[in-house]
Amino acid sequence: MSIIKVSKLSKKFKDFKAVDNISFEVEAGEIFAFLGPNGAGKSTTIKMLTTLLRQTEGQIELNGFSTSKQPDEVRHSFGIVFQDPSLDDELTAYENMEFHGVLYGVPKKLRQERIKHLLNFVELWDRRTDLVKNFSGGMKRRLEIARGLLHHPKILFLDEPTLGLDPQTRNHMWSYLQELNKTEGITVFFTTHYMEEAERIAGRIAVIDHGKIIAAGTVADLKKQTKTDNLEAAFLALTGKTIREEEGGRLAQMRMRRQAWTGRR
Amino acid sequence: MRTIYILWLRQLKRYFRSKSRMFGSLAQPLLFLVSLGYGFGPVFQKAGQGNYLEFLAPGIIGMSIIFTSIFSGMEIIWDRQFGFLKETLVAPVSRLNIMIGRTLGGATVATMQGVIVFLISMIAGFRPVNFWLIPAAIVVMMLIALLFTALGTAIASLLDDMQGFQLIINFLVMPLFFLSGALFPLQGLPKALVLIAQLDPLSYGIDALRILLVDLGHFGMMTDVLALSGVTVLFLIVGSYFFSKIQV
Repeated sequence: MSIIKVSKLSKKFKDFKAVDNISFEVEAGEIFAFLGPNGAGKSTTIKMLTTLLRQTEGQIELNGFSTSKQPDEVRHSFGIVFQDPSLDDELTAYENMEFHGVLYGVPKKLRQERIKHLLNFVELWDRRTDLVKNFSGGMKRRLEIARGLLHHPKILFLDEPTLGLDPQTRNHMWSYLQELNKTEGITVFFTTHYMEEAERIAGRIAVIDHGKIIAAGTVADLKKQTKTDNLEAAFLALTGKTIREEEGGRLAQMRMRRQAWTGRR
Repeated sequence: MRTIYILWLRQLKRYFRSKSRMFGSLAQPLLFLVSLGYGFGPVFQKAGQGNYLEFLAPGIIGMSIIFTSIFSGMEIIWDRQFGFLKETLVAPVSRLNIMIGRTLGGATVATMQGVIVFLISMIAGFRPVNFWLIPAAIVVMMLIALLFTALGTAIASLLDDMQGFQLIINFLVMPLFFLSGALFPLQGLPKALVLIAQLDPLSYGIDALRILLVDLGHFGMMTDVLALSGVTVLFLIVGSYFFSKIQV
């Protein structure tokens, strides 16, 4: 059964097509990697999948619900770890977790149990009463991952979740996610720039570039298709070796402008 | 309900934690009370209008409420900038409840600020005529706070960045305050100015506070309450609409 169904999806910003007529499906219980160079349309696609952005054309179905017609049902079905921080700096780690749990309707007792378990897991339990603004980048990242898992969603979206994490935390996180995937059947949809991570973790992979899906299948399929012996080589064979931010015209400008006023990176 | 409560609680926690903001926002009303209240006191007295501090205090309470509540409403811009807005927008809760929770939280903070300024004005020498009417005055403060938090939310939902913020302060909040009759009586003013004051919702809030605290009115309590409630409902609807349209 497909838990994510995307058909003929497009997103236009003024005259720029960030996502151009893509279709794909993700099976329930799958770990699915969505790969692409910078500015390929990954984040835009995730934003549309998670109801944060309305598509220009096409349909998205999550867990059987349409993102445009039944956004509330869709929101019940997934959890997300964003690429950029989305914590409240003025609240403590525990309060951020608590806030999330309440918003997602996790009953009090279960909430307390899970918060303790998850904060221990990301090794932040001792810092639970500290304000998030005093946390380092890596700590914030870990807290966001813990938060995304709090309500045990059917689908978990992770937009470059391991960015800036050390190998220990990264390994720890993936083994936890794989376990969750196995025991609870949670579908994991993630993007990453670490190809070895995708190669090791993902059941299936889609590669997006210039807003179009240019390849999809298992790691083995992609290697076979490009006649390469690892995913990184396959990825480079598919998307070319040009560095995107330098060539990227309009989109790079758009990003720079966005970053200028969101004040990040 | 839970959603509304947790969002309300968040606003309060943030308020109590940022002591600098709390004290900073009290400095201005205090300055106004002392400089204008004592400075214009003798002139006001000579003009046969009575005690200026008595007249001014409700206006300054109104001022602290309008500033705090519009700021609170506009905190959405901060949340957008620091990414936290996304966390609430992808949650399986209705936008309406998010908006209500935020607005109630902001309005509560602004009301508390109003009460603090009221207490400060008592220290400065202000005496309400009837202490039994203070609870009613607090209700009016809540209405004013609700109205302008909703307005702040509506505006912030339309703005992408901080650049617009200063514009709103200079071209909206300042005129709303200065033209509301907070600082001067509306009797005998040029017609244009009276008309503007009549279009300014803050005028009715300050008028109601004045009726309750010092028994001086211009529009009458009935008109004040009707105008305040009507505009509050309108802004809540407009605010909810714009908030529901936010895309990140």
